[in-house]
Amino acid sequence: MRVISEEKNASSEWQAPMLTGSEILVEALRKEQVEVIFGYPGGAVLPLYDALYDCGIRHVLARHEQGAIHAAEGYARVTGKPGVVIATSGPGATNLVTGLADAMLDSLPIVAITGQVARSVIGSDAFQETSIIGISTPITKHNYQVQHASELPAVLKEAFHIANTGRKGPVLVDIPKDVAGEKALFIYEDAPQLPGYQPTVVPHAMQIRKVLGLLEAAKRPVILAGAGVLHAGASGELRQFAERFGIPVVHTLLGLGGFPADHPLFLGMGGMHGSKAANTALYETDLLLNFGARFDDRLTGNLKHFAPAATVVHVDIDPAEIGKNVPTDVPVVGDVKEALTMLLATQMAAPDIASWRQQLLDIKAQTPFWFVQEGSLVKPQRLISEIARLTNGQSTIVTDVGQHQMWAAQFYPFTEPNHWVTSGGLGTMGFGLPAAIGAQIAEPTRQVVAIVGDAGFQMTLQELAVVAELALPLKIVVVNNGALGMVRQWQELFYQERYSSSLLQWQPDFLKLAAAYDIPAVQIREDGELTAKLDAFLAASGPGLLECLVAPMENVYPMIAPGDGLHQMVGVKP
Amino acid sequence: MNRVISVIVNNKAGVLNRITALFLRKGFNIQNLTVGVTDTPGLSRITIVMNDTDASALEQVIKQLYKQIDVLKVTDLTDQPMVARELALIRVNSPVAQRSVITTIIEPFRASIIDVGRDSITIQAVGRTEKIDALIALLRPYGIKELARTGLTALARDVATVTEARRVSENNVISI
Repeated sequence: MRVISEEKNASSEWQAPMLTGSEILVEALRKEQVEVIFGYPGGAVLPLYDALYDCGIRHVLARHEQGAIHAAEGYARVTGKPGVVIATSGPGATNLVTGLADAMLDSLPIVAITGQVARSVIGSDAFQETSIIGISTPITKHNYQVQHASELPAVLKEAFHIANTGRKGPVLVDIPKDVAGEKALFIYEDAPQLPGYQPTVVPHAMQIRKVLGLLEAAKRPVILAGAGVLHAGASGELRQFAERFGIPVVHTLLGLGGFPADHPLFLGMGGMHGSKAANTALYETDLLLNFGARFDDRLTGNLKHFAPAATVVHVDIDPAEIGKNVPTDVPVVGDVKEALTMLLATQMAAPDIASWRQQLLDIKAQTPFWFVQEGSLVKPQRLISEIARLTNGQSTIVTDVGQHQMWAAQFYPFTEPNHWVTSGGLGTMGFGLPAAIGAQIAEPTRQVVAIVGDAGFQMTLQELAVVAELALPLKIVVVNNGALGMVRQWQELFYQERYSSSLLQWQPDFLKLAAAYDIPAVQIREDGELTAKLDAFLAASGPGLLECLVAPMENVYPMIAPGDGLHQMVGVKP
Repeated sequence: MNRVISVIVNNKAGVLNRITALFLRKGFNIQNLTVGVTDTPGLSRITIVMNDTDASALEQVIKQLYKQIDVLKVTDLTDQPMVARELALIRVNSPVAQRSVITTIIEPFRASIIDVGRDSITIQAVGRTEKIDALIALLRPYGIKELARTGLTALARDVATVTEARRVSENNVISI
């Protein structure tokens, strides 16, 4: 403790301890109730790691910094709490880049701590020096380079606050090595001082009244529910709202689980590989009620043909998303949960939209997602369906990116929020395994199934070491079609079957690979053995890897070709 | 059309980089940009002139600027009463024999000669962009050796000032 001089007379400062930068970091993590950190040590973070050594906060050692940040994303996605990741300067920091960009696009709260070379040598091209501030500025919500240890408490407070409020996102804090050793008072304020950051949480009542007015007169309303519903924890309110007014619900890819898939009003996922019912609703609607979706191009298809007859209501906590892609008639800036609560306060009767609803429910019944079971090979869609059946739709499903991701979104019926972890906006191959590790660490008693493609799996499979070391009960399903399936599908459809570099001519032996990590593994080669082997695999305790050889030329349908609108679906069930 | 946007930001290292990186990332064009401190300690004003910007792009610019943690206030000055000026330093070939001619040219522009060399003089001009352009065009035949322009900086006019100016202007006392 330092003796405080007369001018330092604020009561908090009287008790404030003098700590090193590293100790301040640890204390701030405690104040933020951080349970687990994902990271990888290195030269510039040696002081930070020394403080973490016996601080009692759990540290999970990834095998690559990209693995660490994707794990933090998986953790954040299922818990709603900020995922914390630490990496060293230079290559450690640059290895975080993909994860930062991923978290930025999918609005995941991440606090990334990077080491930096000492202040005195910044700019001298010192060993492992890189300007991660310059690199990460476009792919973080905000970032900081700490110049003095005295700034660190306020910077960390702000970082956690910014990451986890408003539209959530990644915040990076770059700490020079000597700042970690410098001493300063540790004063951790309850609220950060950020006059330039005041997200609007409660929507304007006038806008809510406008929405109700439109709803009263609507003939063909539909709800489009995005991940904003999940971030706001508004699943309950969404369900009440949909039921109260009888409005059908379409989910975005990232929104899945916000509204129960087994609910009669659920029309499925919309967009490029969405359901006929969902896309018909989006195309024909006269009142599109968007709750927390950002009108991504994979959802809208060609904007010229998107919801051509609709009055558009867009509820979003990020005002910059409103009107960005789709002209919006009623912007509602605020938290989705707040907006839905205000909407539910009305006494207004439900509009008579029975025929519209019935039209959509008929389409839903007639044109579910489908595939043809033929030959002895496993159809990937059946693999997902069997996983869904055997887990009663209750597992947390984490995917990589590509065909298997779309099949999982189509065929796994998510009935609860925050059971679905996938890389939507950035489409990051290699995301699946490490994100599943983060999800499993966050929810150790839940069944977590990582569904990954054979190509994406090989991008981050070094993280198997974490699965083995921690004996995580994670089940890894490698959907092996011997290709970069989605690339191959597009080459088949749009590049005259010229399979340029999309067929994997050489594959490792996935069973031997699992064995090298001491993870029990099983292979399914034929449809006849699917159910029995899958059942045993999922029922086993501890880690497991299942390699399922699937029909290699299977394509994801239905599909909307690039440039087409939502009414131009191909591959709908006849 | 061209747009003039005034942005009040925290005067911190890297803020200008955040703003320009945002324009790069979103594909917005900057025609010119000036930055300087304000009278409030810790705050700077960035004045950005964007060319060929339609209403929806402008809306995005403003919203994206507001997303920056270090941005406190964004004002689109384009359609508001504003004063906008830039400063130019123009070094012109000027043998002694021509100096009086050049002096005559610059006088209506209220420009001044701020440096005199053996073969050239340096002229300082302040005004709207078109005025500077016009002066440069007139000086070009004499041979411009070097030219530096600050780009436009701007302020919204005080409402009282605007009213006063209109009154004065309507009485044809001066034209603004």
